[in-house]
Amino acid sequence: MITLYHYLILGGFLFCIGLYGALAKRSAVAVLMGIELMLNAVNINLLAFNRFLNPGDVTGHVFAIFVIVVAAAEVAVGLALVINIYRDRMTTQLDDFDWLKW
Amino acid sequence: MSAVSLLTIEIATAILAIGLLVIGLIVPKDQRQGIGYLATFGLIIVFALTLLYTNVQETVFNGMYIIDPYSTFFKQLFLAAAILVSVSSFDYVKRLGYNQGEFYSLMVFATLGMMMLASAGDLISLYLGLELMTITFFVLTAYRKNDFKSSEAGIKYVILGAMSSAILLYGLSLIYGVSGTTVIGEIAKGLNQGAQPLELLGMIFILVGFGFKVSAAPFHMWSPDIYEGAPTPVTAFLAVASKAAGFAALVRLLVIALPSLQSSWVVIVMVLSALTVIFGNFVAIPQTNIKRLLAYSSIAQAGYLLFGLVAYSALGVAAILFHSLLYVFANLGAFTVVIAFYNKTGSDEIKDYTGLARRSPLMAAVMLLSLLSLAGIPPLAGFVSKFYLFTAIIDQGYIWLAFLGIGMSMVSVYYYLIVIKVMYMGEPPEDSEPMKLPVSIQATLYATMLVSLFFGIYPAPLTDLALSVAKAFFPF
Repeated sequence: MITLYHYLILGGFLFCIGLYGALAKRSAVAVLMGIELMLNAVNINLLAFNRFLNPGDVTGHVFAIFVIVVAAAEVAVGLALVINIYRDRMTTQLDDFDWLKW
Repeated sequence: MSAVSLLTIEIATAILAIGLLVIGLIVPKDQRQGIGYLATFGLIIVFALTLLYTNVQETVFNGMYIIDPYSTFFKQLFLAAAILVSVSSFDYVKRLGYNQGEFYSLMVFATLGMMMLASAGDLISLYLGLELMTITFFVLTAYRKNDFKSSEAGIKYVILGAMSSAILLYGLSLIYGVSGTTVIGEIAKGLNQGAQPLELLGMIFILVGFGFKVSAAPFHMWSPDIYEGAPTPVTAFLAVASKAAGFAALVRLLVIALPSLQSSWVVIVMVLSALTVIFGNFVAIPQTNIKRLLAYSSIAQAGYLLFGLVAYSALGVAAILFHSLLYVFANLGAFTVVIAFYNKTGSDEIKDYTGLARRSPLMAAVMLLSLLSLAGIPPLAGFVSKFYLFTAIIDQGYIWLAFLGIGMSMVSVYYYLIVIKVMYMGEPPEDSEPMKLPVSIQATLYATMLVSLFFGIYPAPLTDLALSVAKAFFPF
């Protein structure tokens, strides 16, 4: 029987993997992918809470849809900025972005 | 009142932003500097509209959106900051020479996001306002084409901003799970079974996320880089208004939604505020770039603002309102000088400010007054607001924190005085001539100077307003 806890543990794992990717990866695109994993972990949490604790309600679903939409906008801007900096420096490795003291 | 008439301010701002975007595309290239005037004019009209809403206390869309004196106070603050920033950026944007309409349009969109953040009555609208503000700032930060620093600041801001949003969101999802609702006013009812581990975890994630947004140490590391790399008007707007917006939402969330966890979050906020004040002030000392110096000083100011949350009283909230207003005007004064100086010389280095008092007495005087107001020297407004912040925490028995704050204010005087010494004691460069400032910059400088002086000498109207707003906002 799959319970709420399984979903929460899955969400927690996914969040940790995403956070690890965002912190450890050197490529800007891979970091953005890590952030997407973190946001998907949030969506799993929201839907699981909605399904198991408030089945008659749709707040969690609505929240998750908003998260998906905003994440798409965020990643679109993020990738545009990656292209922008790639044109300047011919690299997307975060270690090379050291003109400003990090 | 109907929902539409309650939302007039937001609707007007959205129309203004979209209108500026369209006009920016259809107006011929050589006439586009008029868009800046149009943006300023529109923002002034919206500001005038907010004056009609000062005593309105209503919620719309089943609690999704709150219009109360607290949010209206912050909206007026954001609009005033947006007006001053757009006035002072006329020349800067003209020198950029491209996409002038988009610049002002994005700025108005960012203002709209801040307004939503201050008015959010629901976790969903809070998240939407936050992202509207942050995503617009991502674009604005990287606005200078072919400027490596600007595009680098943009990518760093995207990565850290998106990551902090994700962390905040994870916290919000946990709070939703435990309380079963996303309406901020009803979360407290859902959380009344005592502190569960999941609630505490959610609260910690929320504090970390907002710690990034308001750049509290140890989550401040993005801000000096981004403040240095971003175009200066954007830095000014980012430093003043986005921080105030973060505080508006953070205070509402902690005080209204999570009062049952107050004993836990107050400890974290206290540690954060102490770290932020110490770190911001000490690291500001060796800085040689004026934008980085102001970045560290604004990190320190975020620490002082957190004192008001530690106090957890109506006086503390009033002190946050008061201090954020004076912080906005003092910082905008300093940043306007930086913008004007950059327009003339193309430099942001403190050593190039040498002898500024002789080249432009007005710029030097505004910089002097703004920095001293930030340091909290009487009779400037910063003294009064810091006095209220320290009174608020001493009332609650945190005397050591007040002493720490006062000690760190003295440290801040040291690095502010370094800048002042360079401006007043240094010799101007050989080939320099007096600087002529455009009328728009002069107007901004006089406005910020007058506010800092006026509310320092006669703070009563503003303190009364802040106290009445805070008393209406604070539940007990």
